[in-house]
Amino acid sequence: MSLTTAHSVVAPSANSKRIAGAIIIAYALISIVPLLWIFATSFKTPPDSIAYPPKIVFQPSIEGYCNLFTTRTRQTPEYINSLGPATGICDETSRKRNMVIAGPSNFLPRFVNSLIIAFGSTFCAVFLGTLSAYGFSRFKVPLADDLLFFILSTRFMPPIAVAIPIYLMYRELGLSDTALGMILLYTAVNVSLAVWLLKGFIDEIPREYEEAAMIDGYTRLQAFWRTVLPQATTGIAATAIFCLIFAWNEYAFAALLTSGTAQTAPPFIPTIIGEGGQDWPAVAAGTTIFLVPILVFTILLRKQLLRGITFGAVRK
Amino acid sequence: MLNRTADNVARATPEPLARKVRGISDKGLAWLFISPTILLLLAINIFPLFWAIYLSFTNFRANRPNEVVKNLGFSNYQRILGDQDIWIAMQTTAHFVFWTILLQTLIGFTLAWLIDRKFRGHAFWTTLILVPMMLSPAVVGNFWRFLYEPQIGLFSYVISFVSGIPPTNIQMLSNVSLAPWSIVIVDTWMWTPYVMLICLAGLRSIPEYIYEAAEVDRASNWRQFWSITLPMALPFIMLAVLFRGIENFKMFDMVNLLTGGGPGSTTEVASITLKRQAFESWRTGYSSAFAIILFVAVFGLANIYVKALNKVKQR
Repeated sequence: MSLTTAHSVVAPSANSKRIAGAIIIAYALISIVPLLWIFATSFKTPPDSIAYPPKIVFQPSIEGYCNLFTTRTRQTPEYINSLGPATGICDETSRKRNMVIAGPSNFLPRFVNSLIIAFGSTFCAVFLGTLSAYGFSRFKVPLADDLLFFILSTRFMPPIAVAIPIYLMYRELGLSDTALGMILLYTAVNVSLAVWLLKGFIDEIPREYEEAAMIDGYTRLQAFWRTVLPQATTGIAATAIFCLIFAWNEYAFAALLTSGTAQTAPPFIPTIIGEGGQDWPAVAAGTTIFLVPILVFTILLRKQLLRGITFGAVRK
Repeated sequence: MLNRTADNVARATPEPLARKVRGISDKGLAWLFISPTILLLLAINIFPLFWAIYLSFTNFRANRPNEVVKNLGFSNYQRILGDQDIWIAMQTTAHFVFWTILLQTLIGFTLAWLIDRKFRGHAFWTTLILVPMMLSPAVVGNFWRFLYEPQIGLFSYVISFVSGIPPTNIQMLSNVSLAPWSIVIVDTWMWTPYVMLICLAGLRSIPEYIYEAAEVDRASNWRQFWSITLPMALPFIMLAVLFRGIENFKMFDMVNLLTGGGPGSTTEVASITLKRQAFESWRTGYSSAFAIILFVAVFGLANIYVKALNKVKQR
């Protein structure tokens, strides 16, 4: 008779669990500090944000968000006094600094560009990726392995190296600084991820479903539409979120190929400046607004994360 | 019953008619499904690549499109291989890749090993640790400039608080010897979770009975770690190193925003040199040649590494 009872002989002891837990929690808390600092800074006034020593306790203010969405001009106190009563809370905070709101800033259009380009390219990449993944998964494609490797290898290229000829090509085609150009480019980058991830997901769906559907009189296309797609919804959703995150976060192409009308948020946020240097509360406010969607998606994705970041090479 | 009827109908239907009813042939459908992706990649990736190869043999400058383009043969390549600045950039890249991968693998594996103890609440804390790697390296890297500011920056303040060095002396981004470390720190902060997640999958793939057998043989914990845990997790660790290695070799966004390659050219990694040559000096032909060399290097190294990885997996 064994002396060990219910639990396994190799289970970690309670003590080792406690120490492991303490170290992990400490690491998690320290690593999250920079993000909490971004959030806190977004609610500081500009003087508070550059105080020494750094202020942990402060009077919250929405000046950072006001400055993010507006452009302001400096005016004389006499001129400001001659104006009527302040029209809103942002108007009030800027008047306290002898400023008058001149108009909206570029942040909102840049943010909208990010949305259009990220969603547009994700839709295209997932659409093309689903079709190709199904093709590779179910049919005998000649040179399938080589084609799959070719699709993946397009990811090895340094973005700047790709950007040089793309820059020239887009200039010839009139696609420079257009949302369409960026959507095409991000689709091409993301489609490799989409094909590899979705092939893994579709491989896991038993062929018997389609075969049964086809015996019942469905065509191959109907079987794909009615049986495979509904089964692959989780995989498609996870893939879409990964593509969305990539397109949302991308900086190198956006910085080199867009400058005005089609510029996305990542190259724009670092350029937010106030008087005498970077307006850190406004930068932090823009960063916070920019990061929140990703935080939500990370939590939604946590079970598929491993698959996504390894191109489907590691599955749990 | 219904199936049998369908089956009989199918049998009775002449072959060409059956094909018509079923729509396009499988082969046709396969190409219909795959070709759009291949065409897109040919247009956006392969055509530009060939264009870049062509440009790399010329003296073309993108800011002077009307000038006559001269064919230079291999002289761009010769000049790059003899260019001192290029070699320094390659060395900077190698240092960056080496230190980030070393730190991320050590810390990432340790974290995974600890999380594998499955203490209470480990799932929540793991998710929290994973957050930095999902964020935009550019946007977050930009904010680290603020954390690194001497005096007012939180990072400098904490370091001076702990070490006693006056806060004005901690110039992470403008000090020649500290700047390379400032990018290593941010990259490690951001990507250690990535290595951790892959290592965790490796540790969880080790079946428990192997440990039970080792326990029966009275192997010490130390021995178990070196002869079971580490070798069995090795393919996963190598996969993480491969992915991080390729990504960091191409590193651009974070470095561009944190230091922009400076001070001087102390943090000028290959991608920054490429950007300066291509989009600031507008030496398009020359920088195309450098881009091709980089691409071949990444491709070659990745291939060698994948072969090694497969060997480890087969053991």
